Amino acid sequence: MSKITIDDLAKIREQTRRQTTLRQGAGRVKMTVHMGTCGIAAGARDIMTAVLKEVETRGLHDVIVTNSGCAGLCSQEPMLTVETVDEPAPVKYVLITQEKVKKIIDSHVLQGNVVKEFALAVGSERTR
Amino acid sequence: MAYRTYLMVCAGTGCVANQSMKVRDKLVAEITKRGLQNEVAVVTTGCNGFCAVGPILVVQPEGIFYQLLKETDIPYLIEEHLLKGRPVKELLYTPPLEKTPIPKMSDIPFFADQTLIVLRNRGLIDPENIDEAISRGAYEALAKVLTTMTPEQVIKEIKESGLRGRGGGGFPTGIKWETCRNAHGDPKYIICNADEGDPGAFMDRSTIESDPHAVIEGMCIGAYAIGSPEGYVYIRNEYPIALERLKTALKQARDYNLLGKNIFDKGFDFDIRVVRGAGAFVCGESTALMASIEGKTGEPRAKYVHTVERGLWDKPSCLNNVETWANVPQIILNGAQWFANIGTGDVSEDPWGGSKGTKVFSLSGKVNNTGLIEVPMGITLRKIIFDIGGGIKDGKKFKAVQTGGPSGGFIPESLLDLAVDYEELTKVGSMMGSGGMVVTDENNCMVDMAKYFLTFTQEESCGKCIPCREGTKRMLDILEKITNGEGTEEDLVLLEDLSNMVVESSLCALGGSAPNPVLTTLKYFREEYEVHVRDKKCPAHACKKLITYNIDPEICVDKGHGCDVCRKNCADGAITGETKKVHAIDVMKCGRCGICLDVCKFDAIYVE
Repeated sequence: MSKITIDDLAKIREQTRRQTTLRQGAGRVKMTVHMGTCGIAAGARDIMTAVLKEVETRGLHDVIVTNSGCAGLCSQEPMLTVETVDEPAPVKYVLITQEKVKKIIDSHVLQGNVVKEFALAVGSERTR
Repeated sequence: MAYRTYLMVCAGTGCVANQSMKVRDKLVAEITKRGLQNEVAVVTTGCNGFCAVGPILVVQPEGIFYQLLKETDIPYLIEEHLLKGRPVKELLYTPPLEKTPIPKMSDIPFFADQTLIVLRNRGLIDPENIDEAISRGAYEALAKVLTTMTPEQVIKEIKESGLRGRGGGGFPTGIKWETCRNAHGDPKYIICNADEGDPGAFMDRSTIESDPHAVIEGMCIGAYAIGSPEGYVYIRNEYPIALERLKTALKQARDYNLLGKNIFDKGFDFDIRVVRGAGAFVCGESTALMASIEGKTGEPRAKYVHTVERGLWDKPSCLNNVETWANVPQIILNGAQWFANIGTGDVSEDPWGGSKGTKVFSLSGKVNNTGLIEVPMGITLRKIIFDIGGGIKDGKKFKAVQTGGPSGGFIPESLLDLAVDYEELTKVGSMMGSGGMVVTDENNCMVDMAKYFLTFTQEESCGKCIPCREGTKRMLDILEKITNGEGTEEDLVLLEDLSNMVVESSLCALGGSAPNPVLTTLKYFREEYEVHVRDKKCPAHACKKLITYNIDPEICVDKGHGCDVCRKNCADGAITGETKKVHAIDVMKCGRCGICLDVCKFDAIYVE
């Protein structure tokens, strides 16, 4: 380590913003990958990895990524639920692929436009 | 890759003593075994405060709170929570007398009713990593002070905030700084008092353990305001974890040149040395502490000349407590008004006119939720004990709360709606002190409690002045007499006289406050003293010489059929009897250990 300047303090804060936000439990968007037995069998683990990779490469500091159990619609797995603080209800996406993940992040997470063609329904139970 | 989940493991002294490091190692091992090491990070943090239920793990960002963890719980926890996304119900916190667990940390009353300034980083950062402290804003206040404020402006800000000494005295911090800045002498010294010696108090230890950089930054800002090139932290040697974390933090701050020469290239030099206290309670007193740093015997001196004028090595010295220093950066960042909005009274005219900000207390004794809490000034004792503290253990009845450490007073139930405030607590015979808070229930004898705390202060009296050395000894003799059933009415009068004499004529605050437990119990629980003296009985059944253990012969035979368990377990061979026949205790042989009471399944044993 070497001498740091006042600008460096701000840089460290910027670099660790995602970490700080997550540890305080704060976030604008929550993405839940459903990882029951059915989800994992259908490839949810790869979807989780893909979501985390996209969040990382885009430098999104206010997105919480988490997992939950089976959503009850095993034939449509892998599933992904997206909730944002300013939308009234969460959106469930079905038959997710890595390509769909990219599109959902670009459109829904970043711009607030639900990707209707991948969505199962809007308005199921909130999780936070 | 970015982590999705942080497992925040508490590594405060309490949790470490309950094997939280083994839990941490197991978490790391399980996460690696499951291939989650790139998604899930394990972080060791400082004390969370809820020491009663340690080891503690908080899973973020969900904020799920796990308690009382064992190594063997971990594989299941990782599989359920991190693989399947289901919190493990059995490991969550359930409030006393309730059945439904509360998963989220922020919903648990113990945490929900607290206001965090000093402990704002607890559970959120790894105290051994300076970058994590910086990520939460550490050294931002120092940068602000060095670039945009003059020393006079800093002092003005601290004065207007209403911050008062958190070590117990409650002296306005800004005035102390100003006097020290204006004092003649060079160099001037900054001192942090971390010689926390009160039985049952661990505020300063936890503050250093969870956020050492807040204390270091506070001292840097104080040094700039006063014009001091050198500071000392006087810390108890019995605090190994706090000491190590402080040293690590100082080294990291030095490596970043946040301590040293020309800090932030603003021409400001300051560094901090650590001095370990050798274990004398009186060294928490400012003049004794300074003598101890100088290598002399740790004894106080009369303060005709204040230490801000002539303190360490006869130079102007500014001594503040750990908690006081840790408040400083937040006041600078958020402004004096923000701080002054929290608490009681008005400090804009009279610096002693109110108590501002928050206070950290270590809550212990007969409450359900023992631990470390930070609450806004002005909160009532009732709210602290019954909401945050979760009420009295085992559904027993509250008796009194002692605030202010071993020399604080006992406050009875009738005064529970008292606001936590320097002046209010002094008015009822107690004090804010550094923040110890010991709760007693119906089974505590007030004479015995007074004796317990006086035994501590009497042993720790340095012996320099006669009122404290001899006075506390004689007071203790009288309390001993009373609890042995040999006290008289005259003893109570003499005890009160002696107490007032010690208060008035002792040299330092140790003697000046040592009689507080005696005086307050005499004031609020006089009837209990009188029963000891007059009837030779102890109503709380705590004084061994005044109680007898007895067996109810009917219950023993009818319900227990003379089970003989008490006789087999009696350490003194005081119980006679045989199976199916009535048992009896020989009072002369009985050592009053109470084992028979614990082992009897039929409640045949009673005390009177």
